[in-house]
Amino acid sequence: MISTATLYGLCAAGLVAIGLYGLVLHPTPLRKVIAFNLLGSGTFLLFGIAARRGEAAGFLADPVPQAMVITGIVVAFASTALAVALLLRLQETGASSIEPMSPEQQDNGAS
Amino acid sequence: MSLVVDIFTMAAVGAGLFFFLAGTVGLLRFPDTLTRLHALTKADNLGFGFIVLGLLPQSPDVLTGLKLVVVWLLVQLGAATASQLIAQFVRSERRHEPAA
Amino acid sequence: MNLLPDLALVLLILTAAIWTVAVRDRRDAVIGFIVVGLLLSLAWMRLNAVDVALTEAAIGGGATGLLLLRACARLVPTQAESVLPRLSMRIMTGLLCSVIAVGLAAIVLTPVEPPATLAAEAAANMGELGLGNPITVVLLAYRALDTLLEKVVLVLALIGVWTLTPDVFWGGAPASLRAQQSSGALTFLAQVLPPVGVVIGVYLIWNGADHPGGTFQGGTVLAAMWLLVMMANLREPPEIRLRTLRLLVVLGPVVFLVAGFAGFWIANGFLSYPPAFAKPIIVIVEAALALSIAVILGMLVAGPAARAPR
Repeated sequence: MISTATLYGLCAAGLVAIGLYGLVLHPTPLRKVIAFNLLGSGTFLLFGIAARRGEAAGFLADPVPQAMVITGIVVAFASTALAVALLLRLQETGASSIEPMSPEQQDNGAS
Repeated sequence: MSLVVDIFTMAAVGAGLFFFLAGTVGLLRFPDTLTRLHALTKADNLGFGFIVLGLLPQSPDVLTGLKLVVVWLLVQLGAATASQLIAQFVRSERRHEPAA
Repeated sequence: MNLLPDLALVLLILTAAIWTVAVRDRRDAVIGFIVVGLLLSLAWMRLNAVDVALTEAAIGGGATGLLLLRACARLVPTQAESVLPRLSMRIMTGLLCSVIAVGLAAIVLTPVEPPATLAAEAAANMGELGLGNPITVVLLAYRALDTLLEKVVLVLALIGVWTLTPDVFWGGAPASLRAQQSSGALTFLAQVLPPVGVVIGVYLIWNGADHPGGTFQGGTVLAAMWLLVMMANLREPPEIRLRTLRLLVVLGPVVFLVAGFAGFWIANGFLSYPPAFAKPIIVIVEAALALSIAVILGMLVAGPAARAPR
């Protein structure tokens, strides 16, 4: 009755909802980043459903959505790395500022 | 011939699954991190070895079988190191809080 | 009956995801996220997307998990962590997310017939390029512009991370990745595994032309070996002002751009390959890309500089 692709599509819908819930509700940035990554994984799974359904021409899955998902996973990692660096720096400086660091802050930051 | 091979595969994979189940029961039931580590490392590695053993006759050529064995060795290396690190961490935590 | 393993896997993924969002301790949340990533790579295997499964396991589960674990260790617990919004807000958000889930499920359950697919077009010209893996063909030939822009995005993300360096430390090295206490087991692993890991990484890159694999997967394995060596304190992270480091970072996009512009002379236009030399050009571009990816991923995990340059 339900094909494999449809089952994983429902899983993807669930992942998007769970990720969005975590993204909206958690107050701390790290949990938001984790929830955002879950949301992204759900979206990539939806692409995977499109790839699986596009089985044709001797391939078991359409290669074009798969290539897009690979690109997406790498870009999601890059954005997570930037977000993590931002939130660690925010914790170090205590505020968003481009003022040069005072000597005490430099000593605390050097680790 | 292939029936014998299939029965061997099913038996070996079944044994592997049993050991994985035993490891998971140990993970859930043992009281302490170190004992849980012991259950996981021993039982899971043995289970994985059985699964690899069962899959070896099913591989289409010798090279794939060799790759399976290399995977098994690498998993053992990784699991052993990971459990050592976790155990050292637990021991150092205990040293810092002797009252706990 | 055929769906039983898939049903079990889907339930596992959703349970792990719910636990990741609901758990209190943030280290538990990171570990839950790594679990979801690894289960998802199994899901990708069931969807017959082997390349994506490799990438998800390497980057989605491994590299992102490592990044988040390091961040989790360096974050100070704040008061905001133990405070969740009040119940009415949580119920409203839950309803909103359920509506979105139902909408997406409706889209999934009403597929387009016949299914939209570009597989035939992708297969049509694969023979000219001499490659056997359709995903590599799509990534490096049909949609080469996307891959080039993605490499540039990686470089830009690295520059973005580096701009967060305090002025005093500019040009210095990132904070040492070594563990709190030295461990014989980790040193042993960092001495035994990297040679094997480098061979596996190069094999993944080389084999990606005809079988599942490719630059991202192989490059991530190489980056992981480098990070392992740095974490076992056998090598220090390099200083950011080093010319060699910066050269390696831009090597991939630059070689790709050169190949792209060369297409104006030797083929039909930007990023098009001449039929005779397509495979050698793609292999050279792949090698440069993989080296760049390895260095960029390693430096992204290492973070901005935290020591003054010597």
